[in-house]
Amino acid sequence: MNLILPASCQLSSDYITLGVDIGSTTAKVVAIKDGKVVFDTYERHFSQVRQKTLEIIRRLEPLIDRPIKLAISGSAGLGLARVCEIPFVQEVFATGETVRKLEPDTSVVIELGGEDAKVIFFKGGADERMNGTCAGGTGAFIDQMATLMNLTDDEMDALSLQHKRIYPIASRCGVFAKSDIQPLLNQGASKADIAASIYTAVVNQTIAGLAQGRKIEGKVMFLGGPLSFNKGLQNAFVEALKLSEENAVFPEYARLAVAIGAALYASGQSNVYTYEELLRKLENATNIKVTRAHLPPLFKTEAELAVFRKRHSKASSRKIDPATYSGDAYLGIDCGSTTTKLVLISEDCGILYEYYHSNRGNPVEIVREQLHEIYQICGDRIRIAGSAVTGYGEELIRHAFHVDHGLVETIAHFTAAKYYDPKVDFILDIGGQDIKCFKIKNGAIDSIMLNEACSSGCGSFVETFARSMNYEIHTFSNLGLMAKAPVDLGSRCTVFMNSSVKEAQKDGATVEDISAGLSISVVKNAIYKVIRAASVEDLGQNIVVQGGTFLNDAVLRSFELEIGHSVTRPAIAGLMGAYGAALYAKQQATGKSNLIPWDALNRFSHTTKAVTCHACTNHCRLTINTFGDGGKYISGNKCEKGAGLKVDESRALPNLHAYKREKLSAMQGSMEEKGERITIGLPLALGMYELAPFWKTIFETLGFHVITSGFGNRRLYAKGQYSIPSDTACYPAKLMHGHMETLIEKGVDAIFYPCLSYNMDEKVSDNHYNCPVVAYYSELLSHNMDSMKTVKFLYPYLNINSDKELAAGLCRLFAEEMGIRFSKKQMMTAVVAGRATYLDWMADIRREGERAVRFARENGYKIMILAGRPYHIDPEVGHGIDKLATNLGFAVVSEDSIDTLIKPADVDVLNQWTYHARLYGCAEYACAHADVNLVQLVSFGCGLDAVTTDEVRAILEEKGKLYTQIKIDEITNLGAVTIRLRSLLGALEQTEPKQTITTSEEVI
Amino acid sequence: MSARVERVLFTEEMKKDYTILIPTMLPMHFKIIQAVFRQYGYNAVLLENMGDEVKQCGLRYVHNDTCYPALLVIGQFIDALQKGGYDPNKVALMITQTGGGCRASNYLSLLRKALAKAGYGHIPVISLNFSGLEKHPGFRLSVPLVYKMLTGVIFGDLLMLLHNQVRSYEYEKGASAALCEKWTAKVADLMGKGNFPYSKIKKTYVEIIKDFDAIPRAPRDKVRVGIVGEIFVKFSPLGNNNLEEFLVSENAEVVLPGLLDFILYCIYNYIIDYRLYGIGKAYSVACKVLDKFLLKRQKDLIRIIEENSSFTPMTPFDHTRTLTKGYIGLGAKMGEGWLLTAEMLELIDQGVKNIVCTQPFGCLPNHIMGKGMMKPIKENHPGVNIVAIDYDPGATKINQENRIKLMLANADREAE
Repeated sequence: MNLILPASCQLSSDYITLGVDIGSTTAKVVAIKDGKVVFDTYERHFSQVRQKTLEIIRRLEPLIDRPIKLAISGSAGLGLARVCEIPFVQEVFATGETVRKLEPDTSVVIELGGEDAKVIFFKGGADERMNGTCAGGTGAFIDQMATLMNLTDDEMDALSLQHKRIYPIASRCGVFAKSDIQPLLNQGASKADIAASIYTAVVNQTIAGLAQGRKIEGKVMFLGGPLSFNKGLQNAFVEALKLSEENAVFPEYARLAVAIGAALYASGQSNVYTYEELLRKLENATNIKVTRAHLPPLFKTEAELAVFRKRHSKASSRKIDPATYSGDAYLGIDCGSTTTKLVLISEDCGILYEYYHSNRGNPVEIVREQLHEIYQICGDRIRIAGSAVTGYGEELIRHAFHVDHGLVETIAHFTAAKYYDPKVDFILDIGGQDIKCFKIKNGAIDSIMLNEACSSGCGSFVETFARSMNYEIHTFSNLGLMAKAPVDLGSRCTVFMNSSVKEAQKDGATVEDISAGLSISVVKNAIYKVIRAASVEDLGQNIVVQGGTFLNDAVLRSFELEIGHSVTRPAIAGLMGAYGAALYAKQQATGKSNLIPWDALNRFSHTTKAVTCHACTNHCRLTINTFGDGGKYISGNKCEKGAGLKVDESRALPNLHAYKREKLSAMQGSMEEKGERITIGLPLALGMYELAPFWKTIFETLGFHVITSGFGNRRLYAKGQYSIPSDTACYPAKLMHGHMETLIEKGVDAIFYPCLSYNMDEKVSDNHYNCPVVAYYSELLSHNMDSMKTVKFLYPYLNINSDKELAAGLCRLFAEEMGIRFSKKQMMTAVVAGRATYLDWMADIRREGERAVRFARENGYKIMILAGRPYHIDPEVGHGIDKLATNLGFAVVSEDSIDTLIKPADVDVLNQWTYHARLYGCAEYACAHADVNLVQLVSFGCGLDAVTTDEVRAILEEKGKLYTQIKIDEITNLGAVTIRLRSLLGALEQTEPKQTITTSEEVI
Repeated sequence: MSARVERVLFTEEMKKDYTILIPTMLPMHFKIIQAVFRQYGYNAVLLENMGDEVKQCGLRYVHNDTCYPALLVIGQFIDALQKGGYDPNKVALMITQTGGGCRASNYLSLLRKALAKAGYGHIPVISLNFSGLEKHPGFRLSVPLVYKMLTGVIFGDLLMLLHNQVRSYEYEKGASAALCEKWTAKVADLMGKGNFPYSKIKKTYVEIIKDFDAIPRAPRDKVRVGIVGEIFVKFSPLGNNNLEEFLVSENAEVVLPGLLDFILYCIYNYIIDYRLYGIGKAYSVACKVLDKFLLKRQKDLIRIIEENSSFTPMTPFDHTRTLTKGYIGLGAKMGEGWLLTAEMLELIDQGVKNIVCTQPFGCLPNHIMGKGMMKPIKENHPGVNIVAIDYDPGATKINQENRIKLMLANADREAE
């Protein structure tokens, strides 16, 4: 790099000035002599922070001809600086130094690093912002996504430049993004589009998460590794910020800005070193054994390891050489989120053929290749008499190859586990993306737990980590087996783990210790986060562990150590889904299989096309798969309409969520009808979802015109996204910003969303609060949205339980805020009318709920209470989960439609929120009726639901009911929701004697 | 109450020989309060187990999405029961219950569930609340007891304030910490001995102030950093990874608004509830009396500090609460509510330009009163740095410290 620093830097020629920047993944060093950069490097340090620094400094030797000034920067450099007693400068601060000296007219710097994202404002009130603890959208995130698509960073970048469309992808954390990308890959979306979508997601995350309402304009400089390499990412930023060419600066020193800043800082310090002195300091640092808290080793001796391996070799599988076999065979396919597995079994369940491979983003092609292979092996001797498919790609593969059966993963895994241990009472499956566990009671699945966002730590996490440290996964995990001092990495989400690793690196942990630590944290995450077990007894006596991740001996060992006894790990741990599917195919076999025959397979072709569905307001992004035989499969849809089916409305099952939406939709109102009246806008979000009819009537009685903002959607969200100050607030709250913008655009005179500490008192709970977000979000909106200054925003504190108090409060409000005086009597009339409307509204919903229940009972449908908050029925919040449920054959009722049908539940928590009390009532109702099941919708980030979910679960499980929880957020992976609901259905069917699936007796 | 979890009452009988464990939030304040409890016949023991085991224990027994303070407090209890050598049949636990709209009001319920899970379902848990939520026959908050507790809190606040204003400047490291220890013990002793008239309290204030003032120290010229936030992580070293110590080691002076402010905030909320909604008239009247009394006590202390030293006293709370005007309504009362915003403004008001706003990860009220108020506060006060730090069992110290270091680097530059 040729860089001459301006004189304003005031670098003395008496010294050679070094800047060292050690980030989470890379080390950067610059050396400046006579105002000129004479050396620069940017390289990965693979966690060997101290060695790497020393190595680089050694390479500098030929340049050294005078004393040295030096400063260290970067998140992983802090420890080194401390040990060596070398000046340290915070990295954002260092960047600021560089920019102030080198490009003084810059207004904003956007810098993306390995795990950090930063925005620095220089003009008009300097401000520096870093991502919080829960933020993806960084270099590590991009790496992770590239790995997921089986691309290098460069390939991904090149591909992205050819994109045609952008999909919405969550970039807040890797876990979320993965659950968006995986279905896209499985549905056959093009990698070019996905790559560009990932960059766009990073851009949105940076702007929304860090700028938080402050406009990024003027001359913008982009710094850091990812932004200097990725053309696609550069384009996405320039496009999103609408920057002109001269205002978008991508300097040559983008990756080295922090290191240069550190050097500038060093020049101002008094510390001077000779080269020998510096080397000695670094050498000493490399030799220092840092004492840090660590976990006990997995194995103390090699002998222990040998015993362990011998024990687990017992659960091997019986393999049959297909050349020696002739007769019928059954095929099982497990098209998982990251891997595709196939198993072909014989009449006596021996394994004729097995396959396990990453699906490289194109499972259809892999299955085609494999079927070809299998047909070749089978020749004329072996006839495929049945086939079944399970996993994320189930529908796609079934349609593509005419597979006979599709079954939900949980049932597939249970079927296989039972084959290995007929007494199995607990199954834990850790795959690439998911952790699934189920308890088995009386031969049926009793409860299912799946991991959610923010509790990741699955197989692919370890794999990505291994790659980032330059190891193959197998080698990497084996390194951990004999680690002497495994690192304690905590057990939350990958972002946190990354920073724990960083901390351990700082303290000089070895790769072995990190490897072992990762294995242990995956296990702890599964036990304490997903299963939420407090003791070993909670799990069960006969535990079968499976999933590709358990093929890693370190993970298996950690699990056994953690629970204190041995478990069964089948040798085909990674193939259990496929094996279970094969067993299922065998049970269900009718003698003839419809699986695509060899000749047709040779002519097989597959093309995909992306379109947006306009059949309803959900605007699902569809992928249309077309196959060589003319067959079609549409994915990405939430309802039958999108699947291209004609919908017979009269046969539709009752759906209270839809019913409530229709009611709300009917009262939306429009600006055309306003006439001479003043218009008050109600944002249809949070508490307004229930109180809109109440306020509308009150205001209309007073002579105002009232409209609502209508339902939420992605575009509406995007409109308000930039003013959200807290990125961990729940999605329904974040949508508020978009509703406000919508109302302002419509031209309302005033917007009303009151602060209500207390909600309606329904007399069933200890108190009747709103949650803090529902209660006070207006306070935040008024100060964080600049556009709110253009409209009258009314957010009074009101008592809605007393007509008298409410009338007084509203009189005060209109007089003080709008200069309109209403008489007490006028206001009282309005309030009384409002209350009557509200009570009617709620009564109508309850009548409809009863009707739905009656209809379901008369016609033999199962009833699902899809229970959450009133605002969870919003199509953008609930993501159409209600429709998924009716498609699966459930009559859907809402929590507010039936909670009063039973006496209030006895609860062990302080029951003081109006909305929450309904959940407990619903749980009690579900307990009292065999045909009713409760599924709880929980918004990601809802702190209060940590209380309700445990309590609702306790109420249900006490009476032997299944508890199902679905976490929803900005983006929700409907594939995972479908698995959950289908598993629920499967489990319900298993427990119903008359509908028992013919399982296992014959198999075992 | 369901049949799933037992609610064990603390009986008169138990009062005789049960040990009552109390969690640590503010070591000095709570040690004094412990002495008060003992004087009234409760064998209170302040828990001192800290560190990673407490966190791990919490993770095992508490829903991991629950806020971090609940996890720590419950972890501390169960860890103590498992390892502290207490007779499980002669021990009770005490925890505060606010009854507000924040999930913190459910700590007690979560603790009972966790105890049941850990096999300690038979241990009584006493609710320490002032809103009549749960009553136990063996525990009564009498007026003299409450009075003494409040007096203890004021002493605690005084010691904390002096400690922070001296520790960053003392020539002999640890001199102020030693005084804190000495005076905590001495005040606890005085409080436990019965008659402690106000005149003597005031005399004790003076003695304490003079004692601290006598510590030889450098001029007060360091960057002052205020800490606000969710009450537990704001105060407890266990909750905030020793934030105060870190700031001192980074050459800053810590400014920590006192616990009395939080109490005055809670009291004032009852007055506001009546004013805004016309509910709880009787409470409101009682709270007005209490409010007036405590404000007077606070002002006396402020005057005494001013008269006897050059230390910066606390800000009178009736002034602090007026600062929220134009920012947030006094009706925003869940969690730390408007107090959080008020404390940031109060710090700025007294010239503290650097503020760490601490909260548990996912803290609901702080989305609004903390992070939601930073934009207007910064806009109206250019040159003020506020950094929001989330605390969580998985959050790493390095990331937290890195963000605080950024703030300090900026502060240093501005100072130049």
